[in-house]
Amino acid sequence: MAKLVSLAEGVADLVRDGDVVALEGFTHLIPFAAGHEIIRQGRRDLTLVRMTPDVIYDQLIGAGCARRLVFSWGGNPGVGSLHRFRDAVQNAWPGPLELEEHSHAGMANRYVAGASGLPFAVLRGYTGTDLPRHTANIRTITCPFTGEELTAVPALRPDVTVVHAQRADRAGNVQMWGITGVQKEAVLAARRSLVTVEEVVDELSPVPGQVVLPGWAVTAVAEAPGGAHPSYAQGYSVRDNDFYVGWDAISRDRDRFLDWVRQQVLKAEAMA
Amino acid sequence: MSGAYTADEMMTVAAARQLRDGAACFVGIGLPSTAANLARATHAPNLVLVYESGCLGAKPDRLPLSIGDGILADTADAVVSVPEVFNYWLQPGRIDVGFLGAAQLDRYGNINTTVIGGEYDDPTVRLPGAGGAPEIAASCGEVVVIVRQNLRTFTERVDFVTSVGYGSGPGDRQRLGLRGGGPRMVITDLGVLEPAPDTCELTLTRLHPGVTVAQARAATGWALAVADQLVTNEPPTADELAVLRALEATKGTR
Repeated sequence: MAKLVSLAEGVADLVRDGDVVALEGFTHLIPFAAGHEIIRQGRRDLTLVRMTPDVIYDQLIGAGCARRLVFSWGGNPGVGSLHRFRDAVQNAWPGPLELEEHSHAGMANRYVAGASGLPFAVLRGYTGTDLPRHTANIRTITCPFTGEELTAVPALRPDVTVVHAQRADRAGNVQMWGITGVQKEAVLAARRSLVTVEEVVDELSPVPGQVVLPGWAVTAVAEAPGGAHPSYAQGYSVRDNDFYVGWDAISRDRDRFLDWVRQQVLKAEAMA
Repeated sequence: MSGAYTADEMMTVAAARQLRDGAACFVGIGLPSTAANLARATHAPNLVLVYESGCLGAKPDRLPLSIGDGILADTADAVVSVPEVFNYWLQPGRIDVGFLGAAQLDRYGNINTTVIGGEYDDPTVRLPGAGGAPEIAASCGEVVVIVRQNLRTFTERVDFVTSVGYGSGPGDRQRLGLRGGGPRMVITDLGVLEPAPDTCELTLTRLHPGVTVAQARAATGWALAVADQLVTNEPPTADELAVLRALEATKGTR
Protein backbone atom coordinates (compact mmCIF):
# COMPACT_ATOMS: atom_id res chain seq x y z
CA MET A 1 0.00 0.00 0.00
CA ALA A 2 1.34 3.41 -0.96
CA LYS A 3 2.29 5.67 1.91
CA LEU A 4 0.58 9.06 2.09
CA VAL A 5 3.30 11.64 2.61
CA SER A 6 3.93 15.35 2.23
CA LEU A 7 5.63 16.40 -0.98
CA ALA A 8 8.77 17.39 0.94
CA GLU A 9 8.88 14.01 2.71
CA GLY A 10 8.24 12.14 -0.52
CA VAL A 11 11.09 13.82 -2.36
CA ALA A 12 13.42 13.54 0.64
CA ASP A 13 12.73 9.81 0.99
CA LEU A 14 12.60 8.75 -2.65
CA VAL A 15 14.79 11.05 -4.78
CA ARG A 16 18.51 10.79 -4.02
CA ASP A 17 21.63 12.45 -5.40
CA GLY A 18 22.91 10.55 -8.43
CA ASP A 19 19.58 8.80 -9.07
CA VAL A 20 18.08 8.00 -12.45
CA VAL A 21 14.85 10.00 -12.17
CA ALA A 22 11.91 10.04 -14.56
CA LEU A 23 9.35 12.83 -14.19
CA GLU A 24 6.72 11.91 -16.77
CA GLY A 25 3.50 13.46 -18.04
CA PHE A 26 3.01 14.06 -21.75
CA THR A 27 2.11 17.78 -21.89
CA HIS A 28 -0.72 16.99 -19.45
CA LEU A 29 -0.16 16.14 -15.74
CA ILE A 30 3.50 17.20 -15.62
CA PRO A 31 4.69 17.02 -12.00
CA PHE A 32 6.02 20.58 -11.70
CA ALA A 33 5.53 20.89 -7.93
CA ALA A 34 7.67 17.80 -7.40
CA GLY A 35 10.30 19.18 -9.78
CA HIS A 36 10.42 22.39 -7.77
CA GLU A 37 10.77 20.42 -4.54
CA ILE A 38 13.73 18.55 -6.07
CA ILE A 39 15.32 21.94 -6.84
CA ARG A 40 14.59 23.19 -3.28
CA GLN A 41 16.15 20.11 -1.74
CA GLY A 42 19.27 20.69 -3.86
CA ARG A 43 19.50 17.29 -5.55
CA ARG A 44 22.61 16.91 -7.70
CA ASP A 45 24.07 14.62 -10.39
CA LEU A 46 20.69 13.31 -11.45
CA THR A 47 20.18 11.41 -14.67
CA LEU A 48 16.92 12.96 -15.82
CA VAL A 49 14.76 10.74 -18.02
CA ARG A 50 11.76 12.08 -19.86
CA MET A 51 10.32 11.86 -23.38
CA THR A 52 9.71 15.61 -23.62
CA PRO A 53 11.98 17.51 -21.20
CA ASP A 54 9.63 20.50 -21.46
CA VAL A 55 9.90 23.51 -19.18
CA ILE A 56 10.19 21.28 -16.10
CA TYR A 57 13.60 19.87 -17.07
CA ASP A 58 14.68 23.27 -18.37
CA GLN A 59 14.22 24.40 -14.76
CA LEU A 60 16.00 21.39 -13.22
CA ILE A 61 18.88 21.64 -15.71
CA GLY A 62 19.28 25.40 -15.17
CA ALA A 63 19.16 24.90 -11.40
CA GLY A 64 22.11 22.52 -11.62
CA CYS A 65 20.34 19.28 -10.62
CA ALA A 66 21.22 17.27 -13.73
CA ARG A 67 24.34 15.52 -14.96
CA ARG A 68 22.73 13.57 -17.77
CA LEU A 69 19.56 13.74 -19.84
CA VAL A 70 17.81 10.82 -21.54
CA PHE A 71 15.11 12.19 -23.84
CA SER A 72 13.46 12.31 -27.23
CA TRP A 73 12.23 15.90 -27.74
CA GLY A 74 13.68 18.88 -25.89
CA GLY A 75 11.59 21.88 -26.84
CA ASN A 76 9.02 24.26 -25.41
CA PRO A 77 5.90 22.88 -27.16
CA GLY A 78 4.45 25.37 -29.61
CA VAL A 79 6.88 28.09 -28.48
CA GLY A 80 10.41 27.11 -29.48
CA SER A 81 13.62 26.14 -27.78
CA LEU A 82 14.40 25.29 -24.19
CA HIS A 83 17.09 27.87 -23.50
CA ARG A 84 18.49 26.36 -20.28
CA PHE A 85 18.80 22.99 -22.06
CA ARG A 86 20.48 24.68 -25.03
CA ASP A 87 22.82 26.67 -22.80
CA ALA A 88 23.85 23.47 -20.99
CA VAL A 89 24.54 21.62 -24.25
CA GLN A 90 26.17 24.49 -26.15
CA ASN A 91 28.01 26.21 -23.27
CA ALA A 92 28.06 23.70 -20.38
CA TRP A 93 26.17 26.13 -18.14
CA PRO A 94 25.69 25.67 -15.20
CA GLY A 95 27.63 22.46 -15.90
CA PRO A 96 28.12 19.95 -18.68
CA LEU A 97 25.09 17.87 -19.62
CA GLU A 98 25.53 14.44 -21.16
CA LEU A 99 22.81 13.47 -23.62
CA GLU A 100 21.29 10.14 -24.52
CA GLU A 101 18.94 10.87 -27.36
CA HIS A 102 16.08 8.78 -28.73
CA SER A 103 12.84 9.06 -30.66
CA HIS A 104 9.44 9.08 -28.94
CA ALA A 105 8.68 5.58 -30.19
CA GLY A 106 11.99 4.34 -28.79
CA MET A 107 11.51 5.97 -25.38
CA ALA A 108 7.91 4.75 -25.08
CA ASN A 109 9.00 1.22 -25.86
CA ARG A 110 11.90 1.43 -23.40
CA TYR A 111 9.39 2.17 -20.63
CA VAL A 112 7.15 -0.66 -21.83
CA ALA A 113 10.09 -3.08 -21.60
CA GLY A 114 10.93 -1.78 -18.11
CA ALA A 115 7.34 -2.19 -16.95
CA SER A 116 7.21 -5.67 -18.51
CA GLY A 117 10.34 -6.93 -16.79
CA LEU A 118 12.07 -7.43 -20.12
CA PRO A 119 15.67 -6.42 -20.87
CA PHE A 120 14.85 -4.67 -24.13
CA ALA A 121 12.12 -3.64 -26.53
CA VAL A 122 11.75 -4.26 -30.26
CA LEU A 123 10.37 -1.75 -32.73
CA ARG A 124 10.52 -0.52 -36.30
CA GLY A 125 12.36 2.69 -35.65
CA TYR A 126 15.44 4.89 -36.09
CA THR A 127 16.39 3.10 -39.33
CA GLY A 128 18.42 5.27 -41.69
CA THR A 129 18.70 8.15 -39.21
CA ASP A 130 21.91 9.41 -37.60
CA LEU A 131 20.62 8.66 -34.09
CA PRO A 132 22.17 5.15 -33.82
CA ARG A 133 25.61 6.63 -34.63
CA HIS A 134 25.45 8.79 -31.50
CA THR A 135 23.28 6.75 -29.14
CA ALA A 136 24.99 3.45 -28.28
CA ASN A 137 21.71 2.17 -26.83
CA ILE A 138 20.12 1.81 -30.26
CA ARG A 139 20.98 -1.58 -31.79
CA THR A 140 19.55 -3.99 -34.31
CA ILE A 141 18.17 -7.47 -33.76
CA THR A 142 17.17 -10.18 -36.21
CA CYS A 143 13.67 -11.59 -35.84
CA PRO A 144 14.07 -15.35 -35.11
CA PHE A 145 10.87 -16.11 -37.04
CA THR A 146 11.11 -13.98 -40.18
CA GLY A 147 14.79 -13.04 -40.36
CA GLU A 148 13.81 -9.38 -40.57
CA GLU A 149 16.19 -6.86 -39.04
CA LEU A 150 14.48 -4.72 -36.39
CA THR A 151 15.60 -2.13 -33.84
CA ALA A 152 16.25 -2.96 -30.20
CA VAL A 153 16.47 -0.48 -27.32
CA PRO A 154 17.18 -1.39 -23.69
CA ALA A 155 14.55 -1.25 -20.96
CA LEU A 156 14.36 1.90 -18.86
CA ARG A 157 14.50 1.16 -15.14
CA PRO A 158 14.50 4.51 -13.31
CA ASP A 159 15.49 4.52 -9.64
CA VAL A 160 12.42 6.64 -9.12
CA THR A 161 9.54 7.81 -11.30
CA VAL A 162 7.49 10.85 -10.32
CA VAL A 163 4.10 11.55 -11.92
CA HIS A 164 1.11 13.76 -11.18
CA ALA A 165 -2.49 12.48 -11.22
CA GLN A 166 -5.92 13.84 -10.52
CA ARG A 167 -6.83 11.79 -7.46
CA ALA A 168 -5.84 9.11 -4.98
CA ASP A 169 -7.75 7.45 -2.19
CA ARG A 170 -6.42 6.95 1.33
CA ALA A 171 -5.04 3.52 0.41
CA GLY A 172 -2.89 5.21 -2.22
CA ASN A 173 -4.80 3.92 -5.25
CA VAL A 174 -4.15 6.51 -7.97
CA GLN A 175 -6.61 7.61 -10.65
CA MET A 176 -5.76 9.68 -13.72
CA TRP A 177 -7.56 10.47 -16.95
CA GLY A 178 -7.31 12.57 -20.10
CA ILE A 179 -3.94 12.30 -21.86
CA THR A 180 -2.20 9.70 -19.72
CA GLY A 181 0.93 9.46 -21.87
CA VAL A 182 3.48 6.97 -20.65
CA GLN A 183 2.96 7.43 -16.91
CA LYS A 184 1.66 3.94 -16.14
CA GLU A 185 4.65 2.35 -17.87
CA ALA A 186 7.09 4.81 -16.25
CA VAL A 187 5.76 4.05 -12.75
CA LEU A 188 5.78 0.29 -13.27
CA ALA A 189 9.28 0.41 -14.77
CA ALA A 190 10.74 2.20 -11.74
CA ARG A 191 12.17 0.80 -8.53
CA ARG A 192 10.38 3.50 -6.48
CA SER A 193 7.56 5.85 -7.37
CA LEU A 194 6.08 9.08 -6.07
CA VAL A 195 2.70 10.25 -7.29
CA THR A 196 1.50 13.78 -6.54
CA VAL A 197 -2.25 14.30 -6.81
CA GLU A 198 -4.70 17.17 -7.01
CA GLU A 199 -6.62 15.70 -4.08
CA VAL A 200 -6.85 12.71 -1.80
CA VAL A 201 -10.44 11.49 -1.57
CA ASP A 202 -12.33 8.86 0.43
CA GLU A 203 -13.53 7.03 -2.64
CA LEU A 204 -12.46 7.05 -6.31
CA SER A 205 -15.54 7.39 -8.49
CA PRO A 206 -15.03 5.96 -12.00
CA VAL A 207 -14.21 8.35 -14.87
CA PRO A 208 -14.29 7.41 -18.59
CA GLY A 209 -10.85 6.67 -19.96
CA GLN A 210 -9.27 6.42 -16.52
CA VAL A 211 -5.99 4.74 -15.71
CA VAL A 212 -5.81 3.33 -12.18
CA LEU A 213 -2.51 2.52 -10.52
CA PRO A 214 -3.21 0.21 -7.58
CA GLY A 215 -1.79 1.47 -4.28
CA TRP A 216 0.36 -1.62 -3.91
CA ALA A 217 2.22 -0.71 -7.12
CA VAL A 218 3.05 2.83 -5.92
CA THR A 219 5.59 3.75 -3.23
CA ALA A 220 4.20 7.05 -2.01
CA VAL A 221 1.42 9.54 -2.74
CA ALA A 222 1.58 13.24 -1.88
CA GLU A 223 -1.24 15.73 -2.16
CA ALA A 224 -0.13 18.71 -4.27
CA PRO A 225 -3.12 20.71 -5.51
CA GLY A 226 -2.19 22.62 -8.65
CA GLY A 227 1.01 20.59 -8.74
CA ALA A 228 0.98 20.32 -12.53
CA HIS A 229 0.99 24.07 -13.20
CA PRO A 230 1.80 25.43 -15.84
CA SER A 231 0.85 22.05 -17.30
CA TYR A 232 -2.66 21.02 -16.32
CA ALA A 233 -4.86 18.38 -14.75
CA GLN A 234 -7.93 17.62 -16.83
CA GLY A 235 -11.03 18.28 -14.76
CA TYR A 236 -9.10 20.57 -12.38
CA SER A 237 -7.18 23.10 -14.44
CA VAL A 238 -6.28 24.15 -17.99
CA ARG A 239 -2.83 24.44 -19.53
CA ASP A 240 -1.34 27.84 -18.75
CA ASN A 241 -0.20 28.53 -22.30
CA ASP A 242 0.71 32.11 -21.36
CA PHE A 243 3.27 30.75 -18.90
CA TYR A 244 4.85 28.57 -21.60
CA VAL A 245 5.03 31.55 -23.95
CA GLY A 246 6.43 33.77 -21.17
CA TRP A 247 9.03 31.15 -20.21
CA ASP A 248 10.89 31.88 -23.44
CA ALA A 249 12.01 35.31 -22.20
CA ILE A 250 12.59 34.21 -18.59
CA SER A 251 14.79 31.30 -19.62
CA ARG A 252 16.78 33.09 -22.32
CA ASP A 253 18.83 35.03 -19.79
CA ARG A 254 20.85 33.30 -17.05
CA ASP A 255 20.35 36.03 -14.44
CA ARG A 256 16.67 36.38 -15.14
CA PHE A 257 16.29 32.61 -14.86
CA LEU A 258 18.20 32.47 -11.56
CA ASP A 259 16.08 35.29 -10.20
CA TRP A 260 12.95 33.42 -11.25
CA VAL A 261 14.16 30.29 -9.43
CA ARG A 262 14.90 32.33 -6.29
CA GLN A 263 11.53 34.06 -6.31
CA GLN A 264 9.25 31.29 -7.56
CA VAL A 265 10.88 28.10 -6.34
CA LEU A 266 13.35 28.61 -3.50
CA LYS A 267 11.23 31.10 -1.56
CA ALA A 268 8.06 29.08 -1.98
CA GLU A 269 7.25 26.66 0.80
CA ALA A 270 6.72 23.05 -0.11
CA MET A 271 3.02 22.34 -0.35
CA ALA A 272 1.18 20.26 2.22
CA MET B 1 -8.71 37.07 -54.48
CA SER B 2 -9.46 38.96 -51.33
CA GLY B 3 -6.82 41.57 -50.78
CA ALA B 4 -3.44 41.07 -49.20
CA TYR B 5 -2.18 37.88 -47.64
CA THR B 6 1.21 36.89 -46.30
CA ALA B 7 3.62 34.29 -47.67
CA ASP B 8 3.04 32.21 -44.54
CA GLU B 9 -0.72 32.31 -45.12
CA MET B 10 -0.25 31.18 -48.72
CA MET B 11 1.99 28.35 -47.50
CA THR B 12 -0.49 27.20 -44.87
CA VAL B 13 -3.41 27.33 -47.32
CA ALA B 14 -1.43 25.41 -49.97
CA ALA B 15 -0.57 22.76 -47.39
CA ALA B 16 -4.14 22.46 -46.16
CA ARG B 17 -5.37 21.91 -49.73
CA GLN B 18 -3.13 18.83 -49.97
CA LEU B 19 -5.00 16.99 -47.25
CA ARG B 20 -7.73 14.77 -48.62
CA ASP B 21 -11.02 14.50 -46.75
CA GLY B 22 -11.22 11.31 -44.71
CA ALA B 23 -7.48 10.71 -44.52
CA ALA B 24 -5.85 9.93 -41.17
CA CYS B 25 -3.13 12.49 -40.59
CA PHE B 26 -0.37 12.40 -37.96
CA VAL B 27 0.05 16.05 -37.06
CA GLY B 28 3.14 17.77 -35.72
CA ILE B 29 2.75 20.98 -33.75
CA GLY B 30 3.21 24.42 -35.32
CA LEU B 31 2.64 24.93 -39.04
CA PRO B 32 1.45 21.34 -39.67
CA SER B 33 -1.18 21.61 -36.94
CA THR B 34 -2.38 24.97 -38.27
CA ALA B 35 -2.67 23.65 -41.83
CA ALA B 36 -4.38 20.42 -40.77
CA ASN B 37 -6.93 22.31 -38.70
CA LEU B 38 -7.53 24.71 -41.61
CA ALA B 39 -8.18 21.72 -43.89
CA ARG B 40 -10.63 20.24 -41.40
CA ALA B 41 -12.43 23.58 -41.10
CA THR B 42 -12.69 24.00 -44.89
CA HIS B 43 -12.68 21.23 -47.52
CA ALA B 44 -11.87 18.19 -45.35
CA PRO B 45 -14.35 18.03 -42.45
CA ASN B 46 -13.68 14.30 -42.02
CA LEU B 47 -9.91 14.61 -41.79
CA VAL B 48 -8.77 12.43 -38.88
CA LEU B 49 -6.23 14.35 -36.80
CA VAL B 50 -3.86 12.13 -34.84
CA TYR B 51 -1.61 13.77 -32.25
CA GLU B 52 1.33 11.97 -30.67
CA SER B 53 -0.09 12.68 -27.21
CA GLY B 54 -2.50 9.83 -27.98
CA CYS B 55 -5.47 11.88 -29.23
CA LEU B 56 -7.03 10.05 -32.19
CA GLY B 57 -9.58 11.98 -34.24
CA ALA B 58 -9.23 15.27 -32.36
CA LYS B 59 -11.69 17.96 -33.47
CA PRO B 60 -10.50 21.18 -31.83
CA ASP B 61 -12.49 24.34 -32.59
CA ARG B 62 -9.42 26.43 -31.75
CA LEU B 63 -5.72 25.95 -32.45
CA PRO B 64 -3.84 24.11 -29.72
CA LEU B 65 -0.47 25.55 -28.64
CA SER B 66 0.93 22.10 -27.83
CA ILE B 67 0.21 18.55 -29.00
CA GLY B 68 -1.42 17.91 -25.65
CA ASP B 69 -3.76 20.83 -25.01
CA GLY B 70 -6.95 19.75 -23.24
CA ILE B 71 -9.10 20.64 -26.25
CA LEU B 72 -7.51 17.74 -28.17
CA ALA B 73 -8.39 15.14 -25.55
CA ASP B 74 -11.85 16.64 -24.98
CA THR B 75 -12.78 16.34 -28.67
CA ALA B 76 -10.99 13.11 -29.65
CA ASP B 77 -12.70 9.89 -30.75
CA ALA B 78 -10.27 8.06 -28.47
CA VAL B 79 -7.41 9.01 -26.18
CA VAL B 80 -4.80 6.26 -26.02
CA SER B 81 -1.44 5.95 -24.27
CA VAL B 82 1.75 7.13 -25.94
CA PRO B 83 3.11 3.57 -26.40
CA GLU B 84 -0.20 2.68 -28.04
CA VAL B 85 -0.25 5.61 -30.47
CA PHE B 86 3.21 4.69 -31.73
CA ASN B 87 2.95 0.89 -31.58
CA TYR B 88 -0.64 0.14 -32.60
CA TRP B 89 -1.48 3.12 -34.78
CA LEU B 90 1.66 4.52 -36.41
CA GLN B 91 3.99 1.51 -36.68
CA PRO B 92 1.67 -0.85 -38.62
CA GLY B 93 0.96 1.80 -41.26
CA ARG B 94 -2.56 2.81 -40.23
CA ILE B 95 -1.86 6.54 -40.74
CA ASP B 96 -2.19 7.88 -44.29
CA VAL B 97 -0.28 11.14 -44.03
CA GLY B 98 2.53 12.29 -41.76
CA PHE B 99 2.66 16.05 -41.62
CA LEU B 100 6.06 17.39 -40.53
CA GLY B 101 8.11 20.55 -40.23
CA ALA B 102 11.91 20.80 -40.57
CA ALA B 103 14.85 22.91 -39.44
CA GLN B 104 16.95 21.64 -42.35
CA LEU B 105 15.92 19.72 -45.45
CA ASP B 106 17.99 18.33 -48.31
CA ARG B 107 17.28 17.52 -51.97
CA TYR B 108 16.08 14.03 -51.04
CA GLY B 109 13.70 15.28 -48.40
CA ASN B 110 15.76 14.12 -45.45
CA ILE B 111 14.96 16.21 -42.38
CA ASN B 112 17.12 17.54 -39.56
CA THR B 113 15.60 18.72 -36.28
CA THR B 114 18.52 17.74 -34.03
CA VAL B 115 21.71 19.82 -34.32
CA ILE B 116 23.11 22.44 -36.69
CA GLY B 117 26.79 23.17 -37.15
CA GLY B 118 29.80 21.92 -35.21
CA GLU B 119 29.86 18.36 -33.93
CA TYR B 120 26.94 16.43 -32.50
CA ASP B 121 28.54 16.68 -29.04
CA ASP B 122 29.38 20.35 -29.47
CA PRO B 123 26.87 21.84 -31.88
CA THR B 124 26.47 25.44 -32.93
CA VAL B 125 22.73 25.16 -32.43
CA ARG B 126 21.03 22.48 -30.37
CA LEU B 127 17.48 21.89 -31.69
CA PRO B 128 14.69 19.99 -29.87
CA GLY B 129 15.48 16.63 -31.48
CA ALA B 130 13.49 13.80 -32.97
CA GLY B 131 10.23 13.49 -31.07
CA GLY B 132 7.90 11.33 -33.10
CA ALA B 133 9.31 12.36 -36.48
CA PRO B 134 11.67 9.47 -37.41
CA GLU B 135 8.91 6.89 -37.16
CA ILE B 136 6.28 9.21 -38.67
CA ALA B 137 8.59 9.70 -41.67
CA ALA B 138 9.22 5.95 -41.86
CA SER B 139 5.74 4.51 -41.41
CA CYS B 140 3.03 6.87 -42.69
CA GLY B 141 1.61 6.17 -46.14
CA GLU B 142 3.14 9.43 -47.29
CA VAL B 143 4.76 12.51 -45.78
CA VAL B 144 3.94 16.16 -46.40
CA VAL B 145 6.51 18.69 -45.21
CA ILE B 146 5.69 22.32 -44.54
CA VAL B 147 8.72 24.57 -44.12
CA ARG B 148 9.88 28.08 -45.02
CA GLN B 149 12.33 28.07 -47.93
CA ASN B 150 15.71 29.77 -47.41
CA LEU B 151 19.39 28.93 -47.68
CA ARG B 152 19.72 28.12 -43.99
CA THR B 153 17.00 25.47 -44.21
CA PHE B 154 17.32 24.10 -47.77
CA THR B 155 20.82 22.63 -47.67
CA GLU B 156 22.79 20.34 -49.96
CA ARG B 157 23.26 17.95 -47.03
CA VAL B 158 21.49 18.06 -43.69
CA ASP B 159 23.89 18.25 -40.74
CA PHE B 160 22.04 15.37 -39.06
CA VAL B 161 19.48 12.95 -40.46
CA THR B 162 16.69 12.97 -37.89
CA SER B 163 14.02 11.65 -40.26
CA VAL B 164 14.64 9.86 -43.54
CA GLY B 165 13.15 11.11 -46.79
CA TYR B 166 14.63 9.28 -49.77
CA GLY B 167 18.07 8.80 -48.14
CA SER B 168 20.63 9.26 -50.88
CA GLY B 169 18.28 8.49 -53.74
CA PRO B 170 16.14 5.86 -55.45
CA GLY B 171 15.86 2.50 -53.71
CA ASP B 172 17.14 3.69 -50.35
CA ARG B 173 13.79 3.50 -48.56
CA GLN B 174 13.27 -0.07 -49.74
CA ARG B 175 16.84 -1.00 -48.81
CA LEU B 176 16.32 0.40 -45.31
CA GLY B 177 13.02 -1.44 -44.95
CA LEU B 178 10.98 1.73 -44.49
CA ARG B 179 7.39 0.78 -45.22
CA GLY B 180 5.82 4.19 -45.78
CA GLY B 181 6.02 6.01 -49.09
CA GLY B 182 8.20 8.95 -48.02
CA PRO B 183 7.81 12.66 -48.80
CA ARG B 184 5.18 13.32 -51.45
CA MET B 185 5.30 17.07 -51.26
CA VAL B 186 7.24 19.89 -49.63
CA ILE B 187 5.22 23.07 -49.29
CA THR B 188 7.07 26.31 -48.66
CA ASP B 189 6.40 30.03 -48.55
CA LEU B 190 7.57 30.22 -52.19
CA GLY B 191 5.95 27.20 -53.79
CA VAL B 192 5.80 23.41 -53.83
CA LEU B 193 8.48 20.79 -54.39
CA GLU B 194 7.79 17.18 -55.30
CA PRO B 195 10.15 14.25 -55.77
CA ALA B 196 10.96 13.42 -59.39
CA PRO B 197 9.69 9.88 -60.07
CA ASP B 198 13.02 8.63 -61.44
CA THR B 199 15.56 10.39 -59.20
CA CYS B 200 13.54 11.11 -56.01
CA GLU B 201 15.09 14.58 -56.12
CA LEU B 202 12.86 17.37 -54.87
CA THR B 203 11.80 19.39 -57.90
CA LEU B 204 10.01 22.71 -58.00
CA THR B 205 6.57 21.97 -59.43
CA ARG B 206 4.50 24.95 -58.28
CA LEU B 207 5.05 28.57 -57.42
CA HIS B 208 2.84 30.77 -55.32
CA PRO B 209 1.47 33.83 -57.17
CA GLY B 210 4.10 36.51 -57.73
CA VAL B 211 7.07 34.27 -56.88
CA THR B 212 9.73 33.65 -59.54
CA VAL B 213 11.89 30.61 -60.28
CA ALA B 214 14.93 32.79 -59.60
CA GLN B 215 13.66 33.51 -56.10
CA ALA B 216 13.11 29.82 -55.41
CA ARG B 217 16.58 28.97 -56.74
CA ALA B 218 18.16 31.71 -54.62
CA ALA B 219 16.51 30.23 -51.52
CA THR B 220 17.75 26.69 -52.20
CA GLY B 221 21.19 25.41 -51.25
CA TRP B 222 21.42 22.98 -54.14
CA ALA B 223 20.94 23.30 -57.90
CA LEU B 224 17.15 23.24 -57.81
CA ALA B 225 15.48 21.25 -60.57
CA VAL B 226 12.38 22.86 -62.04
CA ALA B 227 9.50 20.98 -63.61
CA ASP B 228 8.76 21.56 -67.30
CA GLN B 229 5.13 22.23 -66.53
CA LEU B 230 5.43 24.75 -63.71
CA VAL B 231 2.06 25.54 -62.17
CA THR B 232 1.08 28.71 -60.35
CA ASN B 233 -0.97 28.05 -57.20
CA GLU B 234 -4.33 29.69 -56.80
CA PRO B 235 -4.13 32.45 -54.20
CA PRO B 236 -6.01 31.88 -50.94
CA THR B 237 -9.76 32.33 -51.29
CA ALA B 238 -11.57 34.79 -49.09
CA ASP B 239 -13.03 31.85 -47.19
CA GLU B 240 -9.66 30.15 -46.64
CA LEU B 241 -8.14 33.38 -45.36
CA ALA B 242 -11.06 34.15 -43.08
CA VAL B 243 -11.03 30.67 -41.54
CA LEU B 244 -7.23 30.66 -41.17
CA ARG B 245 -7.19 34.06 -39.48
CA ALA B 246 -10.02 33.10 -37.17
CA LEU B 247 -8.11 29.94 -36.22
CA GLU B 248 -4.85 31.82 -35.64
CA ALA B 249 -6.68 34.21 -33.34
CA THR B 250 -7.68 31.27 -31.12
CA LYS B 251 -4.21 29.74 -30.84
CA GLY B 252 -3.57 28.44 -27.35
CA THR B 253 -6.68 30.04 -25.90
CA ARG B 254 -8.86 28.15 -23.47
